[in-house]
Amino acid sequence: MSASHVLQVEGLFKRFGGLVAVKNISLNIGRGEILGLIGPNGSGKSTVMKLIMGIERPDAGSVRIADEEVAGLPSYKIARKGVGIVFQHSRPLHRQTVIENIKLALLPDRLTRLIVDPQTDKRARAIAARVGLSAVLDRLPSTLPFADLRKIEIAKAIARDPQVLLIDEPFAGLTQKETAAFSDLIAELRDDGHAILLVDHNVKSVARLVDRVLAMYVGEPIAEGSADEVMSNDTVRRVYLGGSIEATARPESSFADTERPFLEVDRVSVHYGKAQALEDVSIHIHVGEFVSVVGLNGAGKTTLFNAISGLVPYAGEIRQSGRPLRSVSAARVARNGIVQAPEGRELFVYMTVRENLDLGAHHLSPGEMSAQIDWLFELFPILRSRQNQAAGTLSGGEQQMLTIARALMMKPKLLILDEPTLGLAPIILEQISRILERLRQTTSISVLLGEQNVTFALPHADRVYVLEHARIIWQGSPNRFAAEAGQGYL
Amino acid sequence: MIKSPTIQILLVAAVVVVAASLLPLWVSGYVLGLLTIAYYFGVFSMAWDLLFGFAGEVNFGPTFLIGTGAYTAGILNNVYFLPIWVCLIAGTFAAVVGGLVLALPALRLRGPYFGLTTLVAVLILQNFIVVDAGLTGGEIGLTVPDVLTISAVANYQIALWFMAASGVILFAFSRSPVGLILQASGQDAVQAGALGFNVTKHKLAAFIISALFSGLAGSLLVFYFGSASIGTLVDVTVGVQVIIAAVLGGRRTILGAVLGAVFLIAMSELLRPLGDLSNFTVFTLALIVVLLFPDGFFGLLTRAKESVWP
Repeated sequence: MSASHVLQVEGLFKRFGGLVAVKNISLNIGRGEILGLIGPNGSGKSTVMKLIMGIERPDAGSVRIADEEVAGLPSYKIARKGVGIVFQHSRPLHRQTVIENIKLALLPDRLTRLIVDPQTDKRARAIAARVGLSAVLDRLPSTLPFADLRKIEIAKAIARDPQVLLIDEPFAGLTQKETAAFSDLIAELRDDGHAILLVDHNVKSVARLVDRVLAMYVGEPIAEGSADEVMSNDTVRRVYLGGSIEATARPESSFADTERPFLEVDRVSVHYGKAQALEDVSIHIHVGEFVSVVGLNGAGKTTLFNAISGLVPYAGEIRQSGRPLRSVSAARVARNGIVQAPEGRELFVYMTVRENLDLGAHHLSPGEMSAQIDWLFELFPILRSRQNQAAGTLSGGEQQMLTIARALMMKPKLLILDEPTLGLAPIILEQISRILERLRQTTSISVLLGEQNVTFALPHADRVYVLEHARIIWQGSPNRFAAEAGQGYL
Repeated sequence: MIKSPTIQILLVAAVVVVAASLLPLWVSGYVLGLLTIAYYFGVFSMAWDLLFGFAGEVNFGPTFLIGTGAYTAGILNNVYFLPIWVCLIAGTFAAVVGGLVLALPALRLRGPYFGLTTLVAVLILQNFIVVDAGLTGGEIGLTVPDVLTISAVANYQIALWFMAASGVILFAFSRSPVGLILQASGQDAVQAGALGFNVTKHKLAAFIISALFSGLAGSLLVFYFGSASIGTLVDVTVGVQVIIAAVLGGRRTILGAVLGAVFLIAMSELLRPLGDLSNFTVFTLALIVVLLFPDGFFGLLTRAKESVWP
């Protein structure tokens, strides 16, 4: 088997502090073969890629390129053994033209090479032609569309003709047409004999390209096989879609404010430079309602929440109890009761748990504050015992609880939770899930939950929106989700 | 990577240098003296820009390299009466070794810590000079028996052509393939590594080259002044002036640093009648320029050209 496999990974382990990010991952890729490595956010798939490239050092395990052990070498050495990587974010040299950016990747790693080898120019042009950049050779990267920037990254990665090509989220941020063109390019590279590893969130997006798929969840392999086999695998289905849903959803007509919902997002669009992050998105939330917005990475969830919180400029209108929020400052929005627990948690890591909570309540009277703290400690008993510990020393799950608790300290009317499950183990998710259910049952706080983990997003939701490529493509009750929209989440 | 804008810039620079070499025909010895100092400072700033603009490392201690070179050269001349050229070589060598000793551990650090290390190095050097006054002259300064020449014009020409030669070498290096790799390493070390480049090696090389020119210019300056003192060569404020000159001139331009240095020295001189307010005014002006034109003078000069280029 060693003859046919260019890349052989065996028993790979990686720890970050107390977190085991990668646990016993093994995989093989042969020449002219594409392996899809898929897993939800925080499953460790990007770490596997970094371990192969040498950007992170594995704690244990073996990485072999054409039968040569490379595990533990610095990445520049692994690159020279024949591994190329296409990063998810393109970071070209902005003062250099496209052709110069490609030439960079062709330069030898020598301090004595002060004059460019004339062959370099010819080769750079050939590579540019290969990936379809010939028309824009002398342009600066800042003047190019996003798809072309991705092509520059591909061009750099294949410049040294690597045997193994690692591609992180190949289609993130691309339109459907660009995605098709990009797929064709990757297929051609496979036909040229490169061994390709595609890292992505779900099987569906890479199903057409891959020969085999390896699915990961919280650091461990859970399934391997053809795209169809993995998609029909029970464990994979449970991880991505959850088990059967006990429908407890309350119908919209049961809420008091049916005429004028508490929050209305009306045809909102957001652009980041050239990229459209939200397109004509309309959602609404009633008082006391639990609404989930489901979408993969990059679908636009965080942008939507930031627009509501007044953190990014937008076109369209967002209204709270009928009043437009456009000219209201982010701080004012939060004090008026729309509070976000951000994806990055953004805790003050050197402050204690108690200090973090107190900061959330600086506008409350001392009496209100202690009542609020008591309620929260009852809701999150673990935080009571951790009061005097620095927030940075908490486990990931405890930090997430603290983030939610701090948001609740502000006595929100609407609590926005952005990907609370990111990187957390299933057992922690269950605890947080129970707390959310209690919030739903015992308070009138509305909750807007953004998730790509469908298992977590559906059980408590009264209504679900599906966000894909900046647009709402489905909405309905959670018990209809699996049948009508679930296929896209495998 | 030689392309026409590079050639154009070098041609313009050559014309400016030739014009500057004719200045002694018209201007006074006093002005020549100021420009002589400005040219040495220009070399300091160019060497600094190689580190900041290309390797992406902020060296808050350019005067550590300058001072190490200058004092080594000065002491050798003062105590051992070695000829100037030996002192210059030894000073340059000392600056390179000092730079290596500093950079080898410091480059392992990330973010602001590299800068802090370089800042602390200056303070250590400064303290060493004060404590070991018997050798270094301490706070009073060190007087050297030899000078390059006593002719203001000759001193001016030496400084000018030294600066021109340094500029050509540093500029060519920055535009060479190695300069490109250096820029990639400075901007995104992870990606540069994944492209097969040994980032530490390239950054270390940049540090050595920067130290070499800083040390040589510092040594030359000692034999122009006929003395070395903390206030003129080592103090943190001197380092800040070097940095401001480079940023004023334009980051990642190398040659712009000379414009910045001449501007700073000329302004301090013009504003001397303001007394204590002069430095305040110069630094305020510098602040305004940096805020309004982050690309510096050089950026302003070349912007019109770049917008024509597709």
